[in-house]
Amino acid sequence: MSDIIKLNHVRKEYDDGFVALKDINLTIESGKFYSLLGPSGSGKTTILRIIAGFSEPTSGKVFFDGDDITNLDSSKRKINTVFQNYALFPHMNVFENVAFGLQIKKKDKQEIKMAVKEALHMVQLDGFANREISELSGGQQQRVAIARAIVNQPKVLLLDESLSALDKRLRKDMQFELREIQKKLGITFIFVTHDQEEALAMSDEIFVLNEGKIQQSGSPVDIYDEPVNDFVARFIGDSNILSGRMIKDYEVEFGNHRFECADAGIKPGEKVEVVLRPEDLDITDIEHGKLRVMVESQLFLGDHFEIKAIDSDENEWLIHSTNPTKIGKEVGVYFDPEDIHVMRFGESEAEFDKRLEAYEGEE
Amino acid sequence: MKKSKLFFLIPYVLWLSLFVIAPIILITINAFKGEDGFTLKNFQQFFVNGTFLKMTLNSFWYAFLITLITLLISYPIAYILSQMKNQQFWLLLIILPTWINLLLKAYAFIGIFSKHGLLNNFLKLFGIAPANILFTDFAFIFVAAYIEIPFMILPIYNAICDINPAVIQAAYDLGASKWQTFIKVLWPLSKSGVESGIQAVFIPSLSLFMLTRLIGGNRVITLGTAIEEYFMTTMNWSMGSTIGVVLIVLMVIVMLFTSSDHHKKKEIKL
Repeated sequence: MSDIIKLNHVRKEYDDGFVALKDINLTIESGKFYSLLGPSGSGKTTILRIIAGFSEPTSGKVFFDGDDITNLDSSKRKINTVFQNYALFPHMNVFENVAFGLQIKKKDKQEIKMAVKEALHMVQLDGFANREISELSGGQQQRVAIARAIVNQPKVLLLDESLSALDKRLRKDMQFELREIQKKLGITFIFVTHDQEEALAMSDEIFVLNEGKIQQSGSPVDIYDEPVNDFVARFIGDSNILSGRMIKDYEVEFGNHRFECADAGIKPGEKVEVVLRPEDLDITDIEHGKLRVMVESQLFLGDHFEIKAIDSDENEWLIHSTNPTKIGKEVGVYFDPEDIHVMRFGESEAEFDKRLEAYEGEE
Repeated sequence: MKKSKLFFLIPYVLWLSLFVIAPIILITINAFKGEDGFTLKNFQQFFVNGTFLKMTLNSFWYAFLITLITLLISYPIAYILSQMKNQQFWLLLIILPTWINLLLKAYAFIGIFSKHGLLNNFLKLFGIAPANILFTDFAFIFVAAYIEIPFMILPIYNAICDINPAVIQAAYDLGASKWQTFIKVLWPLSKSGVESGIQAVFIPSLSLFMLTRLIGGNRVITLGTAIEEYFMTTMNWSMGSTIGVVLIVLMVIVMLFTSSDHHKKKEIKL
């Protein structure tokens, strides 16, 4: 696969001195589904605006298909955007909205009709061509916005928090459909969201952002299983994070116990943080458990129970279990060595990858 | 509607009937009143006598010029204003002149435009002999436009502010140039403001009479001037009323043309 978009040392500073992006480097390959994931103010929308051409970086370069497009007008980029609140043209009907880009390019009338028909079919809005925008529901407007963008056959489609205005049920459906559309068209999607579930469900690759920096990038599974720091661990999914100490390779101490783990390449005695995902913890009887905790509260969430428990050192543990337990009961908690994920303080993504490679090579 | 709410309507209804409906009825009666009862003589005179028709045409022509010039100046100002940082401050500067009495402004312009006025003194520096500026068409249209500009800027500015900026970006995103974005998105979405602006400028401009007298020096004769002449000088109230009725009808027609959303979209078969 070829690289379609490249950001080189992109920095964005606003007039009031606020630094939205600090040295962003990223490479987008063609034909994949990417997500820019982060809390509000993390700079994810700023990156999107820079790629779309609505905003210029203070320094750094943007490349598209190998060409420098840092100062190119947004109207001349082969990139289209699905805006946060759709930004449909309220004075035009569905057909005119979708046809807008092609009419600007002075395409043949018959050709435009065919293309609009096809695009509306793609988003399942056959027969809506003559509707006014004000007559459409939020979900339908969303689809028109997608059709208006894809009808231009862009190489890259940018989606800015595009599903956040929809209700939960509709959002799930649209996630699925967006993924389908992306696969069918084979173009690159870059999706901005603050919803980690959404990002995990749809993406081939995720960039996790915070405070204008890329914290971690990788496949959803990589990011979930191997968070590089506690921000990523906390932001993606629920997690139990404890401070601990490395004893030696493959052994770590936390909560006054020593445990076998799967991490190495850290010098003995170094202070670390340990992440345990709630769904990796199993409730068992006290003899079989590696930890002994007391159940404090239990919530039924439909597909699992969310259990909060406390150990003898007053550490709180979050456990997801398919089976219920009793509040106030002392139980054992079991986990495998691979379930323990050790994070070093201040380790960058590059250092993390290097360490991982080094000790995985040993085996 | 509940009775208690109807109560609040009383002042408005009183105002409307005393100062809007009653005068219209009065001048309509006056227009049809001859020496011995009902007559159409006045209207006959209006439509047969070429002078009145010429006056009507004149009124429309000047009102059209004033509106056009006002629009051409106001639209860009309203747009730039909507993009500025201290919008409230600039808005205040634009509204400020409307607080000053019209007559005062007219006299100020007499001072500026007259033979020994500010402008001629300035022109003299370049060796241009004292030009006749006051009592010309140019002076009349210039001053009228100056006075009307705030009434054009405000509705357009409000309409532009109501446009979601993302819609403009969407147009650029879809490949539209600045000009195409203006024609296809900005203009149609701000049209309601332009229409109210045109109504607020064109209709009063039809009947301007003080300016035609003070700045136009009675060279510009419009329906407004004629009405004043008939009521104040020749004391022919029924002819004055007739012109008034015609003017009101014309204004209603103008309003119908500028306000209604009369475009019908044709269905497209896919």
